[in-house]
Amino acid sequence: MTALAPDRPSSAHGVGPWRSSGVFIGRSLRHSLRDGEGMLMAVALPVILLLLFTYVFGGAIIADGYVDFVVPGVILTCAGYGAASVAVSVNRDITLGAMRRFRTLPIVSATVLAGHVVASVLRNLVATMIVILVALAIGFRPSATVLEWFGALGLVAMWILAITALFACIGLVSGSVEAANGYGFILLFLPYLSSAFVPIETMPAWLQPIATHQPMGPLVEAIRALLTGAGEAPALVSLAWSCGIIALSMVLITLALPRSKDR
Amino acid sequence: MNGTLEISGLSKSYREPVLDHLDLTIDDGVFALLGPNGAGKTTLVSILTTLVLPDSGYARIGGVDVVTSPREARRLFAATGQETTLDDLLTGRENLVMLGRLLGLGRGATRRADALLEQFDLAPAGRRTVATYSGGMRRRLDLAASLLTQPAVLFLDEPTTGLDPVSRNRVWDDIRALAETGTTVFLTTQTLDEAEALADRIAVLRAGRLVADGTAEELIAAVGGQRLVLLDSERNEVRSIDTDGTAASLAHAMSSLHAHEQGLHVALRSPSLDDAFIALTQTHQEVAA
Repeated sequence: MTALAPDRPSSAHGVGPWRSSGVFIGRSLRHSLRDGEGMLMAVALPVILLLLFTYVFGGAIIADGYVDFVVPGVILTCAGYGAASVAVSVNRDITLGAMRRFRTLPIVSATVLAGHVVASVLRNLVATMIVILVALAIGFRPSATVLEWFGALGLVAMWILAITALFACIGLVSGSVEAANGYGFILLFLPYLSSAFVPIETMPAWLQPIATHQPMGPLVEAIRALLTGAGEAPALVSLAWSCGIIALSMVLITLALPRSKDR
Repeated sequence: MNGTLEISGLSKSYREPVLDHLDLTIDDGVFALLGPNGAGKTTLVSILTTLVLPDSGYARIGGVDVVTSPREARRLFAATGQETTLDDLLTGRENLVMLGRLLGLGRGATRRADALLEQFDLAPAGRRTVATYSGGMRRRLDLAASLLTQPAVLFLDEPTTGLDPVSRNRVWDDIRALAETGTTVFLTTQTLDEAEALADRIAVLRAGRLVADGTAEELIAAVGGQRLVLLDSERNEVRSIDTDGTAASLAHAMSSLHAHEQGLHVALRSPSLDDAFIALTQTHQEVAA
């Protein structure tokens, strides 16, 4: 038997889940860096929303200081919408065959999801930072202490993680990349049904409980209270929503993961 | 390294039976599994590469059961599927390094990736993202990815589908080179040229069963006979009459010709692998019907 190359390794030992997660995180971060257009959309859309609401609609909603009112909502819109793109990345792996190869390697192939999730959270935190900087530039004047900033960012990070996990799951079960992409629009509209852009009191009575209690309702209130000191901060309720969504997604992901069975 | 592949009583049904109590043992060399569309080739490869569970029977790679010990089996084989499974957003080199790390090569992964890019003539292209590659380059990179370690068995599911003849010949050369290193190659293909060009042993799968198994010459001999080819230059047409190769059947075939026909040329031709393939798959279609 002649060797094809002298340094050709003899067997594939594979790696443990931590190391494969590390490799996949590197892969997904590279994807994020290469996909400049995707990153631009994730940032441009919330920035346009911010400018639109502050300069066009804002005056009609709250005459004075609307920018302080709207920024928490825009931050969360940005976080959610950007995180939804993970559905596309996950679905691309499933439908285009990458997962097929990963599943024949001596590794825990599910760790490819860890790569997508971690990269998405990092990417969205960067996008969130950019939106906050733009907000500060156009007159957002938060009253938060350092501790309150950390609290607010912590809640945003948990929300990003929750949405990322949920959309990783959606990516697993979607029939195509286009379908996986489509679901992201739900998150674009969810903030409108809360106090993100308009005070809840201005909505019809039957709609008010929905707007108050849907997951983004308490979250918007909590971030606003933490950053601008307006009203109570239902931080624990928000945190509970995020943790609940993360737990639910974990269960759904384990159920939806492709494994050795009928295709 | 033990590249023996044992398949015994392997069955799989979706709504209809796809694999029907398949028995097959492959020791070494290049084995080609031929079959028409829907014969069960891809299902068989999916079971052998731990992606799909069989309904019954077993398959072992180097003595390791692919159903009960999939993780251990995955250390022994590499697989290249029908669709290339490369990452379009990464460069060719990044693809190989990533897979090398996943296989456990650690720091050696970059060195191995560079050696493979060199070997497969992809060294300059290795710096570009795979999205910019041609079909042939993708196939070669995919093949290189399967050779990061030395697998005991390499599964190639229709490795040259959709390639132009030049690219196809290059992939063939690569497959021949690696078979010489002691890896057992399990190849599925729809094209007879490919099976004949590469394989030491060819089996034909038809509706989930093996209907033939041997060398190309044996398959042709199994179909047997000689074909009387008539070239009618007057009417500019070709007719052929099948015979079993005996003098009696030839005489019978000749007697059906009119000696006075002008411009009629006669030739005897051995059946090609194409004839063997069509004969083998058709016979069984008739049996089934």
